[in-house]
Amino acid sequence: MSKPVEIEEAAFNEAVLQAKTPVLVDFWAPWCGPCRMVAPVVEELAEDYDGRVSFVKVNVDDSPRIATQYDVMSIPTLIVFKDGQPVDTIIGFRPKDELKKILETAL
Amino acid sequence: MAKSPKNYDIVIIGGGPAGLSAGIYTSRARLSSLLVEKAALGGQIINARSVENYPGFAEGIGGIDLTQSMHRQAGKFGLETLTAEVTGIEINGERKLVKTSKGDFSAKAVIITGGSERQKLGIPGEAEFTGRGVSYCATCDGAFFRDKPVAVVGGGNAAITEALELTKFASKITVIHRRDELRATRILQEKAFAEPGIEILWDTVVDEILGENSVNQIKVRNVKTGQESFLDVSGVFMAVGFKPNTDYLRGILALDAIGAIVATGRMETSVPGIFAAGDIRSNSIRQVIAAAGDGAIAAVNAEKYITG
Repeated sequence: MSKPVEIEEAAFNEAVLQAKTPVLVDFWAPWCGPCRMVAPVVEELAEDYDGRVSFVKVNVDDSPRIATQYDVMSIPTLIVFKDGQPVDTIIGFRPKDELKKILETAL
Repeated sequence: MAKSPKNYDIVIIGGGPAGLSAGIYTSRARLSSLLVEKAALGGQIINARSVENYPGFAEGIGGIDLTQSMHRQAGKFGLETLTAEVTGIEINGERKLVKTSKGDFSAKAVIITGGSERQKLGIPGEAEFTGRGVSYCATCDGAFFRDKPVAVVGGGNAAITEALELTKFASKITVIHRRDELRATRILQEKAFAEPGIEILWDTVVDEILGENSVNQIKVRNVKTGQESFLDVSGVFMAVGFKPNTDYLRGILALDAIGAIVATGRMETSVPGIFAAGDIRSNSIRQVIAAAGDGAIAAVNAEKYITG
């Protein structure tokens, strides 16, 4: 059982950029309706890809500098990182199957 | 050999307030019902921070809270839901075959509540900068434009609502409208005119969106004088109308000039046994209460159609 981990700015480097596996970062905020629709899908993916992909949540209100650094100007945005680099950006809600395809490409 | 499609009494296409309300009624009427939604249940209203005009919620209710409650309510009566995109409908006599990205489903009656989506302008830079300065939802993205200048394109209720929402964040809001008066309701117009942070550029259209990593400028043109100019903005919020999600229905159902489904007061379409409800219906007022009402009417009439 694996769950997405909520992180703050200070932890981003280690949790995302230095990670050995691909990382899916879910940029969200509590006031964003569609983000609340994305969250359960990301939780399911975290279980499906346990050990192969790690899942991180970044609250854009608490960590605005990370959002700015990766040009996040719309949420929900999911960014897939591999070897410290963003390899795919998904803006807005997407069904689980579509997200799976994107993760399979990154693996 | 092709798998035979699963049978239902009712297939509902679309999971917004119209579809969920229809689902509450059909499943409570003990009709086996499947609701197919291509994205997230809840529809466009999940973007609304607070719904202030849905009766029964005097203090307002979050769009997502309202629709999640509708979903729970429908689920209690046995509504099944599936995430899939509908690609077509085939009419085989009494039964209708709903074709989806996850297989085909056969139904005695179909209720179409697929709603609409924001119209795109189709100008250079729009697609390129979507999510990087071009937005179709101020509630979702407004906070990324704190202390930055933005433009809102349009002059209807959606445009003025977006502009007012953006006053919480943006340093300046320029509403760009192609006519010399707004179509938005009086109460919204009054609020907009009273807001010092909002300026309206009349008789003006946007020809191009420019930027590098994200938007930094738009090219605008006065339609009366032909005068072109540039406006420095970090964000462009598009609110130029809505497009019904009916592409797969062309040639199957009667549609109006903007592609919305023509339906009677009983929500009957031009094909017996196919009903339409909510924003996808011709002359919809695009309100949650109307969508919910349409959904209930469609459900009751679909039940009558099935039971004869």
